[in-house]
Amino acid sequence: MIYVAAALALLVAMTLAVVRALLGPTVFDRVLAGNAIGVLAILLLCVFGFLTERPEFLDIGITYGLLNLIGTLAVLKFWKYGDLAHDDAAQQDRGVS
Amino acid sequence: MVEMVSWISALLVGAGSVIVVIGALGLVRMPDVFTRMHASGMIETMGATLMLSGMALTAGWSLVTLKLLVLWALFIFTGPVAGHALARAALYAGVRPYLRDKEQIARVPQRYGLMPPPGDER
Repeated sequence: MIYVAAALALLVAMTLAVVRALLGPTVFDRVLAGNAIGVLAILLLCVFGFLTERPEFLDIGITYGLLNLIGTLAVLKFWKYGDLAHDDAAQQDRGVS
Repeated sequence: MVEMVSWISALLVGAGSVIVVIGALGLVRMPDVFTRMHASGMIETMGATLMLSGMALTAGWSLVTLKLLVLWALFIFTGPVAGHALARAALYAGVRPYLRDKEQIARVPQRYGLMPPPGDER
């Protein structure tokens, strides 16, 4: 069954991404690995849905995909400004920057 | 005909799995953030496209295919956004591309963050 093989391949790939997240010298390597793990998890959800013939898992996958982007951008913004509510344009208007 | 479609579907899902594993291997093996982003891009474009199209062939014309299409569009539109933000954040934080020619690294404008001390990193 091809979906079992695909699920195993995705699990192997996730393990490798976790290795990169643990090794990663900079925080950006870890963010990249986290993003890749999110994408792989979505694919794994889809494959699992087809494996068990329960396509409801696709809805969970879509939700996960939306959260993944927000999470990645939030971590990057936090790393740059140290504040999730930072507004670059408003700071420049006030001449603070 | 139905047999044929299921074979093609299995082929696409298998090819997607291979691409995904190759991308993850690249994520571990590549030397710095920017090259690793290249490998990670494999996962979310080629790997995801192949796997989702294979699953769409299995599902046929139904709501499931529409959901797979939405998921694919999500990958295609959010992947570049996240990648661009990541590369920009890394460059401004002072991470430099891995180049053999050290003088070329020195030519990266100083406004992109501070130069890392030579020799450490990666």
